[in-house]
Parts: sequence; structure tokens; C-alpha cells
Amino acid sequence: MVAKPGLDGHDRGARILARCFRDAGFEVVYTGCHQTPEQIAASAIQEDVDVVGLSCLSGAHRALFPKVVELLREKGAGDITVIGGGIIPEQDFSMLYESGIKAIFTPGASLDSIVEWIKTNIKPH
Amino acid sequence: MDTTIKKICAGDIRTASRLIRDIEDKLPDAKAKIKKLYTHTGKSFIIGITGAPGAGKSTLTDALISEFRKMNKTVGVLAVDPTSPFTGGAILGDRIRMQRHAEDTGVFVRSLATRGALGGLSQAAGNAIHVMEAMGKDIIIVETVGIGQQEIDIINHAHTVLVVLVPGMGDEIQTMKAGLMEIADVFVINKADRAGARQLQTELSSMLNLSPKTADGWKPPIVMVGNAFEPATFNQNTAELAQKIGDHRLYLQQSGQLTERMHRKAMTEIKDALTSCLMEPVMHSLVTDGELEKIAEKIKNRKSDPYTVAEEITEKFFQKQAKK
Repeated sequence: MVAKPGLDGHDRGARILARCFRDAGFEVVYTGCHQTPEQIAASAIQEDVDVVGLSCLSGAHRALFPKVVELLREKGAGDITVIGGGIIPEQDFSMLYESGIKAIFTPGASLDSIVEWIKTNIKPH
Repeated sequence: MDTTIKKICAGDIRTASRLIRDIEDKLPDAKAKIKKLYTHTGKSFIIGITGAPGAGKSTLTDALISEFRKMNKTVGVLAVDPTSPFTGGAILGDRIRMQRHAEDTGVFVRSLATRGALGGLSQAAGNAIHVMEAMGKDIIIVETVGIGQQEIDIINHAHTVLVVLVPGMGDEIQTMKAGLMEIADVFVINKADRAGARQLQTELSSMLNLSPKTADGWKPPIVMVGNAFEPATFNQNTAELAQKIGDHRLYLQQSGQLTERMHRKAMTEIKDALTSCLMEPVMHSLVTDGELEKIAEKIKNRKSDPYTVAEEITEKFFQKQAKK
């Protein structure tokens, strides 16, 4: 699932990623912009996805990304991998990893490297 | 009772969603679960929404969810989008329009990719409906993939079928054609604020006046639905749509048509189950032992023909079954 949490309408990146995952043979649920972490967690569970990719360009990732992980865990879905991307300064990486985000991709990351990460790290049930 | 079945009957979304995935992936265990689940199914009212890509099916589904929630009904939605014939990938984008209901525990939206099915649904749709039925959903809305004229599998699964049309898609002859135009229980002319909507309404009405369906007491109503960005009229229109769906449900119950539709559904389910019990194991073994490639080679070189080959395979399959 590709999701955009928070008040950030810059979804070009998320859409390109969704398309690129499609071309890699994945089934991709795209939930659109302006989603709350609650909406994202609920959707991920309803769709029973393997991985949630969060995209955030507004700077609110420190609050929004960990919240998604927290909600999934609360609902007994802590096994769903959450990764993130966007404008994320390097000093925030450790905080995000500690909160349970499994990978972070920033501008310059190649599409192939993101697909590759998922293929390597996500095992279907 | 099996814990999975118990959880699903109690409405547990995570368990239900996982079973739907296992059904999609055709895991043998999923079939066993469906067997146990089956007695808990058949109580929901199932609405099919179909129409061309971009006609507004997801937006209408979203509006109908709101209408049914106002009536205190729980709602399940199955939203189907197409799978790429080249990569097997899919963009499932229907739920974007329904995200305001994401946190409502009375609403469960699940996307499905067609995975090669050509009838406008996914092969998993029938059983996914059963899972939602077992969860106790009052209403299940099945939104087909954006379709053309002929992908009408939805009639084998839904009680009431909505066909969503938009103005500007062709002349009167289009309304006369077989297939899609015959399956509607309720017509929606969506984006009715656009040029050509009235003309389409006139053409549809005159088509319906000739339809033999009117003889048995139900004439598909035509509901005009305006611009979704003008909430006042849009909400009024979609409330009317919900009303017409309710009317059709009542008609089905009172006319005995419901029994007929359930019979059609049973036939489809038997056919699907037979395909899965006969066709799939045959294909599976042909693929895994490499036999399929050899056969294809034989046919390509005109050493044999498809019918002889199929007869040989069938005979072998039944011999093997008999030994078992």
C-alpha cells in the first residue's frame, strides 16, 4: 500500500512509486492524499497488505510515520512492514528506525533500489 | 467451531481479510475454510455496481455507503481493479474515493485485482462475498472493474445490479445492444450536469419501453446523479438511488425473482467449484511436470490436435482419480 499521511498534497512521488511497483508485478493499493495515520492503519488491515510505504514531503514524518507503526501494533498488525520516504533529514533516521520504520528512501533513491528492497525483505505469507 | 470461522463470524477484519487473501492466492486451506464458512453465508443483500472506467462507480459506492450507514446497516465493499496482463501487477485505486469511511468499524472495504479473470470481477469475488456475508454485513457492494459491453459476471453474484452510464459515449444504437444494457436493475446516469444527459435519458427510456422485462413488473428506473462536487444535489440524487435499490429489493422478495436469482448464483458457484476441482489440478500437474510445453510443441508441429490432446488428458485424469 502506498499512502500519504498528513497535510501534504505532493503526490507525484507516491504515484510514480505506485506505478513502478505495479510494473514490478505488485498489487498496489493507493489511498490518495491527506490521510490520517488512523485511516492508513485501518486500510492496511482491511487490505491485508504486506508492506506500507509512506510518503511525506511536509516535514511531519517524525510525528506521522511512528504513529502508523504504533496503530498497526495496537491493532495486532505489527507484522505489516512500514517503510517511508520523502524529504527526510538524515538526523531523523535513527529516531524513525527506532520507532519501527524498516527502511527510509530519500530523493535520489532509484526506483529499482526500492523495488529490490521490498523483494529482498518482504516475504509473502 | 474453527477459530478462524469463529473470528470471522464475530466480524474480525484482520482474520477475514487474511482469508480473502488466501482465497485470492488459491491456498488449499482457503477452500477448507470456505466449506466450513458456507452455512453462515447467504443473508446479506448484494449490490453490484458496474460501468465504464471513470463513470463514477467508486464515488457512487462511497455515497451509497453513507446512505446505508445512515440506515444503521453495516457495509462490506469489494472493489475490483484490473491486473496487468504483462507483469501481473495492479493499481488498486478504488478505495481512494471511500477513505472517509476507513475508520468506521461498520464498513469494510477490500480491493481485489482481476488476476486474469475476464468477466469484470476476480475469480475470488464469489468467495470474498461469502466471507463478508459470514461477517454479518447487511449490505455488500461489489464494484466491478471498469467494463465495456460484455463483462457481466456481476449478474451471477449480485441481487441488484446498477449500471452506471455517463453522457457522450455514443448514439442511440448503443442503448439497443445486448450485454451490459440488458443487465441493469437500476440505471444511473452519472455526471448528469453534463451536456447530453437528457438525451441519454430519453434514449434509455425508449429502449426500456421496448424491453420485455417491463412485462414482469419491474422497469429499471433511471436515476440522474449530478456533479459530486455540488453536495446538495448530489446527496439528494444518491439518496434517491438508495431508495430505488430498496424498491428493487422489495420487488425481488415479493415477485419471487429473488429465488430465481439465488438459483442462478448457485449454478455459478457449482460451475466455479467444478472448475477449481477439475480444471485447476489438471492444469497444475501439466505445468509442474513440464507436460504442457511438450503438448504445445506437438500441436505447434501438427503432430496432434488440441481435441485429441484434451481427450487424452481427461482420460488420464479420471483414471488417476479412479485409482485414488
